[in-house]
Amino acid sequence: MSVLIFIDHSEGQVKKASLEACSYGAALAGQLNVPAEGILLGTVTTDLSTLGKYGVKKIHQAAQEGLNHLDAQVYAKIIADSATATGATVIVFSNNLSGKAVAPRVAARLKAGLVSGAVALPDTTSGFVVKKNVFSGKAFAHVAINTPVKVITLNPNSYPVREGEGSVSAEVAPLSVTAGAPKVKVVSATQATGEVPLTEAELVVSGGRGLKGPENWGIIEDLAKALGAATACSRPVADAHWRPHHEHVGQTGIAIAPNLYIAIGISGAIQHLAGVNRSKVIVVVNKDPEAPFFKAADYGIVGDAFEVVPKMTEAVKKLKGIA
Amino acid sequence: MKILVCISKTPDTTAKISFTQNNTKFASDGVQWIINPYDEWYALVRAIELKEKDPSTVLHLLTVGLADTEPIIRKALAIGGDEAIRVNADSADPFYIATQIADIARQGGYDLIFTGKETIDYNGSSIGGMVSELLDWPYISLAVKFDLNGSVATVVREIEGGEETDEVSLPLVVSCQKGVAEQRIPNMKGIMSARTKPLKVVEPVAAEALTGIVSFELPPAKAGVRLVPADNPAELIRLLHEEAKVF
Ligand SMILES: Cc1cc2nc3c(=O)[nH]c(=O)nc-3n(C[C@H](O)[C@H](O)[C@H](O)COP(=O)(O)OP(=O)(O)OC[C@H]3O[C@@H](n4cnc5c(N)ncnc54)[C@H](O)[C@@H]3O)c2cc1C
Ligand SMILES: Nc1ncnc2c1ncn2[C@@H]1O[C@H](COP(=O)(O)O)[C@@H](O)[C@H]1O
Repeated sequence: MSVLIFIDHSEGQVKKASLEACSYGAALAGQLNVPAEGILLGTVTTDLSTLGKYGVKKIHQAAQEGLNHLDAQVYAKIIADSATATGATVIVFSNNLSGKAVAPRVAARLKAGLVSGAVALPDTTSGFVVKKNVFSGKAFAHVAINTPVKVITLNPNSYPVREGEGSVSAEVAPLSVTAGAPKVKVVSATQATGEVPLTEAELVVSGGRGLKGPENWGIIEDLAKALGAATACSRPVADAHWRPHHEHVGQTGIAIAPNLYIAIGISGAIQHLAGVNRSKVIVVVNKDPEAPFFKAADYGIVGDAFEVVPKMTEAVKKLKGIA
Repeated sequence: MKILVCISKTPDTTAKISFTQNNTKFASDGVQWIINPYDEWYALVRAIELKEKDPSTVLHLLTVGLADTEPIIRKALAIGGDEAIRVNADSADPFYIATQIADIARQGGYDLIFTGKETIDYNGSSIGGMVSELLDWPYISLAVKFDLNGSVATVVREIEGGEETDEVSLPLVVSCQKGVAEQRIPNMKGIMSARTKPLKVVEPVAAEALTGIVSFELPPAKAGVRLVPADNPAELIRLLHEEAKVF
């Protein structure tokens, strides 16, 4: 028996979401008294033995270039076969874009109960109950998995990356697979290099219609840059093409859970809150004291963004000693 | 060409979320139900556009739900589609729902299945992937663009840190999100014709629910906002650094 953790990669590297899945899977393995193992398909520049410090004992790697593009059908077969071969009873994924593509297929293939979007370790005192996000962050559900093999996807930024004591190195075991030819042909792929993906960002600065137009986004970008934060926006801002669509957060955009979310010139409509209400600390800057966002905020300033935000940026720079 | 669009119902996006029966049931009293936005705005509309381009396309809508989902499926038919199928069952387990959808897909000889990115109540993002596995079809998750040329689809999907353009022959399952299409408002003609479009009700095939919701929980209420005067943004930054310790 073991916990098998799917370790995904992009740009040749294992990213934070997978490290969270490793930490979560290792803690769960500890809880169940079984080893935690990882599976990685494709090639990476990350030294996989270093993942041992997150509690993963062994990593099964199918180091084939052909597996570097994630194909849900091909991946699911390999992961399911490997889970069966290693006797895994729980398979953990990040609930990121890769996990969403593959985990449901693995679960269906193994006829394993699936809980996606877990936010905490399962309660295994009697049965196996996982706390997950429902109603777009407005509530949680405790869901029991009733099958011998279980699949969980972990929401990004819900479980901390934990390095264990010392530097235990993980055993990297080659996994030989005879993967069927993918039915999906990858024509091209673009990576937005350099930027922190919004779902992984710990700090986010977001702007709404209160900023009046795309030409005013400089103040948002300056504050984000000073903080080392990613930028986001409300839906009407993306719809009006002031900002790219991938920055749109909310019910119909992406859901994020950063440590800090600064909302500038955003009213705080319920559909917007649905995407950001899991943020640990929410700061609102709005000139209208009645803006609903203040009810969901931890800190706020009632004032004009065009005056307040540049001063915030100055204060951050001063604090960080940036000239 | 036969397309199947999976439609689910969700509480209106502004609905108050609360629970009854010792936090085991969603309190649905007075709640407005809507078509799940991803299903309505993106999956359904793109399928309608494909049918407009090739009128020989057969477009069916499918929901797994009890009789109370019928107003929702009628509303979806008012936007477009030839007929609807309702599998008379209710479950929160994705495998159960996916089994029903896969069964209908097998019997109906569909070439293309669209789902939404996720239901905004259960937030599973899992039905499409499960259906594709049960059918052993390829699956493109989280599409932002979809085009069809004969029986070959060109799809742009979101991947970690970027986008990928894929080519794949049908049959295929695709989960749709923003970018695939633009929201459409049903017109009078659509609403009138939806009344007479066929809505078939079928009984579910035997399937197990592999998971079950034990209880719900609301997040703890916020303590209340701490306001900082507008003339002292530096104080806000100090608080974030020293008190909240977020950077
Ligand atoms: C089904 C559905 C799904 C939706 N999904 C989403 C979603 O995913 N994400 C989303 O964001 N929205 C979504 N919406 C839209 C949502 O209801 C709101 O309309 C939207 O969030 C409002 O965007 P906003 O706050 O930027 O603009 P507004 O509501 O116009 O607010 C602008 C704010 O800026 C303030 N302001 C103006 N000038 C200044 C200034 N100089 N300084 C400081 N503050 C200023 C104003 O006081 C106001 O509060 C959805 C709606 C529906 C019906
Ligand atoms: N009960 C249902 N009946 C038909 N389709 C559904 C049902 N539930 C979910 N779907 C489809 O599957 C998608 C993803 O749902 P989920 O995996 O629950 O987030 C939805 O956007 C719908 O297209």
